[in-house]
Amino acid sequence: MAKQYDVIVIGGGHNGLVHAAYLARAGLDVCVLEARPLVGGATVTEEIFPGFKYSVFSYVVSLMRPDIIRELDLPRHGLAILPLESTLTPLPDGDRIYRDADHHRTWRDIARFSIRDAEAYDDYGRSLFFMARAVKYLLDIVPPDPARLSPGDISGMLRLGRHFLGLEPDQLHLLVKLMTMSAADFLEEWFETDVLKATLSASGIIGTFLGPRSPGTAYVLLHHYMGEIDGHFRAWGFAKGGTGAVAQAIASAAREAGAEIRTDAPVARVMVKNGRVNGVALANGDELRARAVSSSLDPRRTFLDLVDENELPDEVLKGVRSYRFRGSSGKVNLALDAAPDLTCMPGHGPHLRGAVSISPSIDYLERAYDDAKYGDFSREPYIDIVIPSAIDPAMAPPGKHVMSCFVQYAPYELREGTWDEKREAFGDTVIDTLAKYIPNLRDIILHRQVVTPLDIERTTGLSQGNIFQGELTPSQLFFLRPVAGYAKYRTPVRGYYQCGSGTHPGGGIMGAPGKLAAGVVMGDLRRGRGRSGPGGRGGR
Amino acid sequence: MLLDTPFHPRTAPLCHSRRWRNWSGYASALTYEPGHEYEYYAVRSGAALFDVSPLRKYEVTGVDAATLVDRVVTRDALDCPDGRVLYTPWCDEAGKMIDDGTVQRLSTDRFRITAADPCLRWFQDCALGMDVVVRDITLDLAALALQGPTSREILARVVTGADVGALPFFALAEGRIGAAPVTITRTGYTGDLGYEIWVGPEHALAVWDALAEVGRGHGLAPAGLDALDVARIEAGLLLKDVDYVSSWAALIESRKSSPYEAGLGWAVQPRPGREFVGSRALAWEAATPSEWAFAGLEVDWPHIEKRFAAVGLPPLVAGRASRAAVPIHAGGKQVGYVTSSTFSPILKKYIALATIRRDFARPGRRVEFELTVEFVRHTVPARVVKTPFFDPARKRG
Repeated sequence: MAKQYDVIVIGGGHNGLVHAAYLARAGLDVCVLEARPLVGGATVTEEIFPGFKYSVFSYVVSLMRPDIIRELDLPRHGLAILPLESTLTPLPDGDRIYRDADHHRTWRDIARFSIRDAEAYDDYGRSLFFMARAVKYLLDIVPPDPARLSPGDISGMLRLGRHFLGLEPDQLHLLVKLMTMSAADFLEEWFETDVLKATLSASGIIGTFLGPRSPGTAYVLLHHYMGEIDGHFRAWGFAKGGTGAVAQAIASAAREAGAEIRTDAPVARVMVKNGRVNGVALANGDELRARAVSSSLDPRRTFLDLVDENELPDEVLKGVRSYRFRGSSGKVNLALDAAPDLTCMPGHGPHLRGAVSISPSIDYLERAYDDAKYGDFSREPYIDIVIPSAIDPAMAPPGKHVMSCFVQYAPYELREGTWDEKREAFGDTVIDTLAKYIPNLRDIILHRQVVTPLDIERTTGLSQGNIFQGELTPSQLFFLRPVAGYAKYRTPVRGYYQCGSGTHPGGGIMGAPGKLAAGVVMGDLRRGRGRSGPGGRGGR
Repeated sequence: MLLDTPFHPRTAPLCHSRRWRNWSGYASALTYEPGHEYEYYAVRSGAALFDVSPLRKYEVTGVDAATLVDRVVTRDALDCPDGRVLYTPWCDEAGKMIDDGTVQRLSTDRFRITAADPCLRWFQDCALGMDVVVRDITLDLAALALQGPTSREILARVVTGADVGALPFFALAEGRIGAAPVTITRTGYTGDLGYEIWVGPEHALAVWDALAEVGRGHGLAPAGLDALDVARIEAGLLLKDVDYVSSWAALIESRKSSPYEAGLGWAVQPRPGREFVGSRALAWEAATPSEWAFAGLEVDWPHIEKRFAAVGLPPLVAGRASRAAVPIHAGGKQVGYVTSSTFSPILKKYIALATIRRDFARPGRRVEFELTVEFVRHTVPARVVKTPFFDPARKRG
């Protein structure tokens, strides 16, 4: 009889690895199966062009839960997060808004447009701090289901109610607005300067097929504000060695705890017998046995691709089929012969160590969305740029640079043609857009990698190239993520679990789904049953 | 008015924060940018350039040079080969620390000693009857510390006449940067891969420019004392007047520390027949240990967060190093005090250097760290750990 693992984890992305690390630390015999030759999923660093390291997909870190960093002792496993201190928003006329850690300088830069806005900026920061603190509570709990009457759900809802009723009334009102409003309208309550609203609203559209004027985007904005580094919200950072270093550190922690990690091991299907999981079949035909199987893949792959439909109730199939992915973004990674020189801030200053955001007006962003609505990539896209080599010299040879450009919108489904046909045209559009702000760009490009939503899907398996394993809109959050009744990491198949960003609390390099799901799996295994269904207490 | 170091024409325009501290009478940048965070990460991820010219420097020459150094410091200086550097404290007759610094053996009968504070009179007095000359060369040598993982690549590209790549930990070499003769020592105050560069003040700017030019592609940043303070605590390195009080400055006996009490017992190196200042007292102390000891502490960060969260605040201690003395308790009694503490950005831990009763100094021992939140005192759990807290292989490799 073949070896039986306690838990097989499908997918070696950051959540799968976090999940495995926690299970292995609890003494369970765990095996992670990763389809690609390297772990990380969308959290990878690859040397696509010799000497230059690209964070191919995800490129900044903030949401990674501090408790996971601490409990897995990731610094000892090589994780170092370098600060990303500023955001520069260049304008087509050569002006800019530059916000950095220097409070007074930021104030002055905004005050050039509006003194009222410069003052409101502090108030806005304070308000979002309160919101982030309120919502942060949710990041660390298994979502209780308000439609169930199990003791665990009832006490969970009571705790939740107590938590939110503990907020000041104006904070509660603000929270409801955040959950329902568009990013643009939400920001309207503070600011009058269009470019400031635009650049702040940009974090409300990332990874989402909506424009800044679409309701629901205010929450996405908050989601990006909840990142915490060393106890402080909104701090964003860059992993030394690229985002792949995050996955490598977690993998090292998992291995040290005893987990086995197999690469080049794509899973073909999850084996189910009498409604209970008993292992997985690899694409090469090998079968591996396990008491439990956790999928860190997105809900479509977890439910529709890996398991026979007959094993799943109709409402789950229906729910997963209508779950929205709608990939909306691409990446362009550049190897540069020299530092980019911006019209609005020439020279090699500290601004190169921060983000550069091409988001000059709300209309600009909304128009970019308009193109995508009808199936074209944006003619003038929103672009979020970081230059990792300016922060971490090891990312490129001395004096040379890598530039990571997150580009939106790039709709997964094109009106005409295919992404394979349009890839280079998309890349050209991005370079054309950037060159308006960075005149020396075309002359210094040594290599470019264009990553379309189709490429994201092909390489990482993320359906439609959605970077969050499904949009972070309120209808797909908390006890509704990914589908009602199965938000507690379990599935209708006994012993089969979900642990990816498609579950609560969602995407970004956060690790919370992996950890929370590990708690559920451990609880169930301890009680001697691979549970199915929504009932029971979320494991802890 | 504070004096300018020889690098001031370069450091002043870079010092956007305009935050200067008085270091031995010289204007020394606390930070160059508004905050020290980036400068700190330059130490751990790229390279940082510190102007350490205000250090006191002495040259000891003559046939009895080695004899004098061996008489003054606690380390065994006769055992130090040419081209090597020692870190060492030196003590008074009672075995209490006066100061600490590095001793560079430039040749058989030529040494250079760095100190935090003036020591010329002491060194000369200790040389009574010896054939040796001790000179204060503080003004004759400007100094830079180039610290961080890329420091070797940078230095190797600017130094000629010496093989920087092959220079071992705590070794020195003479070479040139451009036309400037320099001494390179593989030393520093950060616990990382790093070097110190000793150069005549007339060449200071040329050396700075050469390093800045090459360093740009290697993540080099000018860095100030705030960043240095975090790095040196992570490295478990002591700071005079903060972690210990010089026996010359202490007005009461209990403020003085022996090397054993300061965690520098390893640097007391007796040898049969060797007499050095304080050797008898230290031999006695080695046999009958003091009740005080040095300890590194790791303070439980989730507890700190919880204490702040209880009043609705984020942890307000993150980021900056603190030199505030903080009581350490165990079993309801005070058993010691923290002298330096900081949140370590690289380790994601709150760490501290402490003077603590010997019974409590064993690694693994649990104690309590006093934490004041919103004007109210609490205690949070802490654990004694070995120092250095951060000790990358590249430091010695």
